[in-house]
Amino acid sequence: MLTLEGLSFTEADFTLQADLALDPGARVAVVGPSGAGKSTLLDLIAGFRTPQAGRVLWQGQDITAAPPDRRPVALLFQENNLFPHLDLMRNLGLALRPDGRRLRGPERERVLAALARVGLEGMEARRPGALSGGQQSRAALARVLLQARPILALDEPFAALGPALKAQMLDLLREVAEDLGALVLLVSHDPEDARRFAQATVLVAEGRAHPPVATEALFADPPPALRAYLGTGSGTE
Amino acid sequence: MSLRALPAAVAALAVAGLVLGPVAAVLWRAGDWGRLGPGDWQALRFTLWQALLSAAVSTVLAVPLARALARRRFAGRGLLVALLGAPFILPTLVAVLGLVAVFGQNGVLNGALRAAGLPTLSIYGLHGVVLAHVFFNLPLATRLLLQGWHAIPAERFRLAASLGLSPWALFRTLEAPMLTRIAPGAFAVIFVICLSSFAVALTLGGGPRATTVELAIYQAVRFDFDLGRAALLSVVQLGLALAAGLVALRLGAGAGFGAGLDRVLPRWDARGGWSRGLDALWIGLAALFLLLPLALVAARGLPGLLLLDAGIWQAASHSLSVALASTLLCLIWALALASRWGEVVGLAGIAVSPLVLGTGLFLILQPLVNPLSLALPVTTLVNALMALPFALRILRPQAQAARQDYGRLAQALGLTPLAWLRLVLLPRLRRPLGFAAGLTAALSIGDLGVIALFANPDRATLPLQVYRLMGSYQMDAATGAALLLLVLSFGAFWLFDRGGRMGADA
Repeated sequence: MLTLEGLSFTEADFTLQADLALDPGARVAVVGPSGAGKSTLLDLIAGFRTPQAGRVLWQGQDITAAPPDRRPVALLFQENNLFPHLDLMRNLGLALRPDGRRLRGPERERVLAALARVGLEGMEARRPGALSGGQQSRAALARVLLQARPILALDEPFAALGPALKAQMLDLLREVAEDLGALVLLVSHDPEDARRFAQATVLVAEGRAHPPVATEALFADPPPALRAYLGTGSGTE
Repeated sequence: MSLRALPAAVAALAVAGLVLGPVAAVLWRAGDWGRLGPGDWQALRFTLWQALLSAAVSTVLAVPLARALARRRFAGRGLLVALLGAPFILPTLVAVLGLVAVFGQNGVLNGALRAAGLPTLSIYGLHGVVLAHVFFNLPLATRLLLQGWHAIPAERFRLAASLGLSPWALFRTLEAPMLTRIAPGAFAVIFVICLSSFAVALTLGGGPRATTVELAIYQAVRFDFDLGRAALLSVVQLGLALAAGLVALRLGAGAGFGAGLDRVLPRWDARGGWSRGLDALWIGLAALFLLLPLALVAARGLPGLLLLDAGIWQAASHSLSVALASTLLCLIWALALASRWGEVVGLAGIAVSPLVLGTGLFLILQPLVNPLSLALPVTTLVNALMALPFALRILRPQAQAARQDYGRLAQALGLTPLAWLRLVLLPRLRRPLGFAAGLTAALSIGDLGVIALFANPDRATLPLQVYRLMGSYQMDAATGAALLLLVLSFGAFWLFDRGGRMGADA
């Protein structure tokens, strides 16, 4: 269980409060208007920002003060998920050896297996620049697989891909998450992503990250904040 | 986080200590102002006067030259603009010998004057010093002004063309406002550079009427063994440089390394034969002025290479060792300080002139060891410090970009600091590292400054050896050694810069 307990974060005139719990292995979408704090919520969970009050707990353990690499979280950013000057073997190898030393035989095998799992067999010697956008996303997912953390946090990772490719990647993400049994937090500005991918949805709006609600139920009867964001409120205006 | 901030703190403290320590030593040792004689005040006046003249002549001549380069398209233009950057790494003594070959007693110009039965000119004294300073700084001023010209939006020239503005009206509405913005900054930068002129004054000036404060410091240490007076003069130089430096910063001309100067703006004015002819004349004269001295050093230096003795080769090897060590030191420093505040710290190095730093270090070392035995280490240190602001200027933007783009990823992966340095930062900085290393090495190889203060016969660098040959009127050997100096400094720049480009990817 990932628990955000009375979490409160303030920066200038921006505030975000969160008091919620997420089940291990769940697929959760994080939606809301831009600037509401979706990325900030992820940063608080991943350890890139520190809350002024409250605690972050994983399986009952307080991780509020832990640095990013000591948390049970693997992250996928919007861009720069791979170092462009390193080939995939080295890029993915860093998940296993953060000190950057040469990989041992079994570690190389694991990297190759992860690449094969995401459909990039034989591409370990390529640099990211020699891959298509979709392949780069796959490679980043392969690294997440190697990191094998129980929480995956993704900040609009496939925003630059076309609709068909994005659907493919969401399916692959689901498989990867199932392989790992991981809790997935997917930030997206596209409600379709939430519907397609997530069982539950966290709405971030008006300075609050609301507790998760079943995605179907949420979109069937959106609360006013979500309605305003979706722009589907024509009936009530 | 504290572990990451540690190298920056150590580097900043090292810079501060190396600058403030000598300054403190100089201030502490400088005692009674009455010890400065009339000659010393004359040096102060000469320093100001020659810097003023050098800056004025360089800036004024740069205006028509930059304008011609901005509006003409011709074969070799790109090369000429690139060559305008070369004086930055050109060893001072190479330029001096080249200028002597053109303007000296037995130079090309006096040869022509004699043949025409006219009186000859002497290159030594005020006009020689100014000539050499213009040789070095006309290209700098031209590059700065050329940037200004390129910063004028092309639409304005189009508008002027459609309005049919006369050349004078176009100058008044478009070019004059730019010049009043850029030229004062260029003037101020050159003025500051010339204030701490040492090698040029040493070789072309001298005597009571053409001595700069820097040169007077050197003479006080080496000839009069009067460290107290050297300290006083250092305080004078320090005050002079700081005051002028602050003014220059206010006028703020960013003496960058000029990207995009190879563009030619499409222009519709100045199509008349007169203006074409004048522009061609300016460009031709400037090219001749800048290239002829170097060509003569190359041509006369080749036979001179045969005259080089073991002492020269030993000095050359000293120069290379000093250059490599100071390059390494400078790059480590720059990597640790590659941030906005680090760049400010790095500026401290050029706020204090080499001879002032040298005098301060001399005063600190003297009670402990024989300073002359540390000539090469001290030169290494001072050279690294002098190149640091330039290295930082080159490295900082890309270092920050690397941190911004990949810092979070590295943190999320928990990369160790060493892995970050080895696998991310250094590979991302290959190109600017190569460029910065090239500049630092070339500057260090060509430097004749603090080494003159500390030199003894066993520990000379190549520029010092060239100076000694000049001093004993062995001009052929001096020119040969200068050619070697030129090849070494440009070669070092080329090798490092090339090394950075090879295999570097975007």
